[in-house]
Amino acid sequence: MLAERLFKRLTAHLDPVLVGLLGLLLLVSLVAVWSASAGNSDKFVAHLVNIAVALTAMLLASHIPPQRLMQFAPLAYAVGLVLLVAVALFGEVVNGARRWLDLGVTRIQPSELMRLAVPLLLAWYLHQKQESLRSVDFAVALGLLALPVVLILRQPDLGTSLLIAASGFFVIYLGGLSLKLIAAAAALAAAAAPFAWHMLHDYQRQRILTMLDPSSDPLGAGYHIIQSTIAVGSGGLTGKGWMAGTQTHLDFLPERSTDFIFAVLAEEFGLIGNLLLLALYAAIVYRGLTLAARAPTLFGRLLAAALVLTFFIYAFVNMGMVSGILPVVGVPLPLVSYGGTSMVTVLLGFGIVMSVATHKKLVKT
Amino acid sequence: MRVLRYITPEESFRQYRRRLEAAGLIAIGLLLVLAGRFFWLQVVQFERYHTLAENNRIALVPAPPPRGAIYDRNGTVLAQNYTAFTLEITPDKAGDLDQLIRELAELVEITPADVKRFRRLLGESKGFERVILRARLSEAEVARLAVNRYRLPGVEVRARQFRQYPYTDVMAHVVGYIGRISAQDKDQLAAEGRDANYRGSEYIGKAGVEASYERWLHGRTGFEKVETDAGGRAVRLLERTPPVAGHNIHLHLDAGLQQVAVEVFGEHRGALVALDPSNGGVLALVSRPGFDPNLFIDSIDQATWAELNHPMTRPLINRALRGVYPPGSTIKPFMGLAGLELGLRTPGDSIQDPGYFSLPGSTYRYRDWKKNGHGVVDLKKSIAVSCDTYYYRLAHQMGIEAMHRFLAQFGFGRKSGIDLEGELAGLLPNPEWKRRRFNQPWWPGETVIAGIGQGYMLATPLQLAVATMAIANDGVVYAPQLLRAWQDPTSGRMHYAAPRVLGRIPLKPQHLAVIKQAMVDVMLPGGTAAAAGAGAAYAFAGKTGTAQVIGIKQGARYDEKRIAAHHRDHALFIAFAPAEAPRIVVAVMVENGGSGSGTAAPMARKVIDYWLLGKRPDAAAPGGLVAPEATAEEAEEREDASPVPAAGEPEEVPGDAR
Repeated sequence: MLAERLFKRLTAHLDPVLVGLLGLLLLVSLVAVWSASAGNSDKFVAHLVNIAVALTAMLLASHIPPQRLMQFAPLAYAVGLVLLVAVALFGEVVNGARRWLDLGVTRIQPSELMRLAVPLLLAWYLHQKQESLRSVDFAVALGLLALPVVLILRQPDLGTSLLIAASGFFVIYLGGLSLKLIAAAAALAAAAAPFAWHMLHDYQRQRILTMLDPSSDPLGAGYHIIQSTIAVGSGGLTGKGWMAGTQTHLDFLPERSTDFIFAVLAEEFGLIGNLLLLALYAAIVYRGLTLAARAPTLFGRLLAAALVLTFFIYAFVNMGMVSGILPVVGVPLPLVSYGGTSMVTVLLGFGIVMSVATHKKLVKT
Repeated sequence: MRVLRYITPEESFRQYRRRLEAAGLIAIGLLLVLAGRFFWLQVVQFERYHTLAENNRIALVPAPPPRGAIYDRNGTVLAQNYTAFTLEITPDKAGDLDQLIRELAELVEITPADVKRFRRLLGESKGFERVILRARLSEAEVARLAVNRYRLPGVEVRARQFRQYPYTDVMAHVVGYIGRISAQDKDQLAAEGRDANYRGSEYIGKAGVEASYERWLHGRTGFEKVETDAGGRAVRLLERTPPVAGHNIHLHLDAGLQQVAVEVFGEHRGALVALDPSNGGVLALVSRPGFDPNLFIDSIDQATWAELNHPMTRPLINRALRGVYPPGSTIKPFMGLAGLELGLRTPGDSIQDPGYFSLPGSTYRYRDWKKNGHGVVDLKKSIAVSCDTYYYRLAHQMGIEAMHRFLAQFGFGRKSGIDLEGELAGLLPNPEWKRRRFNQPWWPGETVIAGIGQGYMLATPLQLAVATMAIANDGVVYAPQLLRAWQDPTSGRMHYAAPRVLGRIPLKPQHLAVIKQAMVDVMLPGGTAAAAGAGAAYAFAGKTGTAQVIGIKQGARYDEKRIAAHHRDHALFIAFAPAEAPRIVVAVMVENGGSGSGTAAPMARKVIDYWLLGKRPDAAAPGGLVAPEATAEEAEEREDASPVPAAGEPEEVPGDAR
């Protein structure tokens, strides 16, 4: 009885449908990581631990009332911004990019924090202004978004900065930003593209050029795309079978347990497997957005929907990259790729989604 | 600033829903883009990517075939393969190569030559290929390397097949050798469309039988389809097409006879060819000095290479087919036969030899080698005592054109077609040739000296042997041939090579009988080679000859002692035995050997003795192989070398045809 009540209490803020879909995706992840790490049980165990930690984080996050999140939003953003500036000034350079901050005890990557902090802050801001939304509010919101995006872009980390920009944009868009303004901004962005090209780092330009023509650098930057495209294409309709992917198991596929894990699935389970995976992502997104729409406050609605859409964008960008229609931007396949940080961030996000959807009562503050 | 609009929470929520639905639709659109992309890659382009993936993982590893062995007529091995352990380094896996070699040198013997060769091969190879540092490791060395293997990255001990020539220099010019496939070889193979069969092969026949029968000896390369990982390491074997070993080659050559023929040369330079007159099979083919063909398989150091190319000795030249010499008096049996066949002489016709011949209306004396002449000389005697005057006169009567036509039938002036590369055609001159070559008319005096095999005419020892075979065989000439049979390596079945008839010269039996008898007389008391023929247990037919190296002035005398060794005459001898039913034909040429009777004839005798009687020459006396001391009288009158003025430049070194 006690256990049952405790369980009920613990899962009170979870949505069974969403949790079930996420569970399916995590099963897919287990299947993929097992194949990609081929016999390396240490890695598989570490993956299981990551999943357990992330699920716990999700469970905990589902219990945090949205009001608490709102209070926390400006602080999280401010801390994140300070850390980003600190990175720019004192950050450690790894692989030519300044992303890490050494705190003495541990190294952190502040851009990861911003993935949650940016939609949190923008949702909070628009929620504050919901009674009287003016153009200037959107301008401020865009400014608040641009600040971390530019800082991350300059690290340089194109992938993360674009995805954070996307998450912030989702909040502002759902918050009611004039569609004309969006169209104008899109036109402006298109016009600014040549300048942006100029601002990009060589290796970022290289990535884009390589995506357009992977064969121009088959042993260097193009190698990843060529091999992952071969893996996907050679999977055919039904795939080569679990654990039987030659590209995967003969080491041709690089980073196969992390960013390129989708190629493992595509090679071993073919088009049918891919379509099922797409369907699973679509179902998660659909359920997530449904939950978001149930949120009682604007803050909750904006935050939850932005988190779900960002999740989708991550998945889309990753699969597009692995199948060769988007540049290699170093984005993991959410909830499938091996890697604790992403796993925790994403499930934490879904915990928040479920929290805002299930905390119906307004609690006095 | 203007407030955009005041909206109720309901309105706000409706807008939110609309925008959310729009975002959802866009998401569905993006998912369809991905689905389309997957369909394109996995269904439409499947074949292409399937092939690319297969190419990625499957590598064809050539499996070179074992090379066929070479045997003599009795099955004695002349060239074979053996397996030995080699020490090999994969540069990509090894660290500091210098350091590694130093460490290896403490375990196994590594000579500076090994290191030098390693460096050269290293330059030619790709980093992931194994390069040989030391070949033929001893068992102890293999054991020491195995124990220390853990601290020697990139070092491997592998079993490889090596070629070996057990007869070393004895067979060098016949069997030849293999060597590393050069860039030229590769081009040649590609031009012939045979390069695919050499994937994985390192060696190719470079000389001798190894080169002539390369196509049979090499075999067919097999392939292993292996699955490899991205690092190129073989993961598992998928499919195997085994290589087909090369054919074994069996030669007419007799190793024992060849050995004897080499021994009789001692330190002399020259060549010997022994043919089987029944089919043209080459029983022995010797060129001295020889060389060790085993040296050529991998690489040769500079000093050895210089020695092998010494301008005086030139061991690499196969003198039997590339050395061209004036045939000297060995031409006389053929000239005599021409006299009979052309109706210019009968066996009974005789001349009075005053010791010289002069052309009508000239006082110039073409001298006989014997100062005061041979007295009354008929055809048989002219051959037995090698009378020059007889042939000066005969040649003058015959004329150069008829001489050319007749001698051409015996194979002079053209290649015999032996199954060895590099044969030279020699030279059988006529006026047309002289016009072409020197733009000069033919002088009658040139016909006179041509009658005793001097002047422009040049022949290889092989050609002499072939021409002699024509007499021994009553006009039937076979192409000299080393190949006796080729053997299928799997079934062991032998395929025998058919003898190839080069020509049938229409010769009258009674004329042949006279010439053969005259050649037997050469070996009997009174003949020029009586000493070499003494005590022969069979009828021995031969003819001595001496080819001048330098011209002797009119009236001057040849004094062997005062002439530098390399200006001494070349000694020649042709023979066949037994005369009535020949089983062997021999031609011997000894460079700067002095006289045919003193040097060359005894060599042929020993070779024929071995072949017909199974008698080995007295091993204790290689000196006995050199000419026995000439008698005082013989020493004074240098037999057989006619002091005629040399036409043109003296023949200096063999090796190029004029």
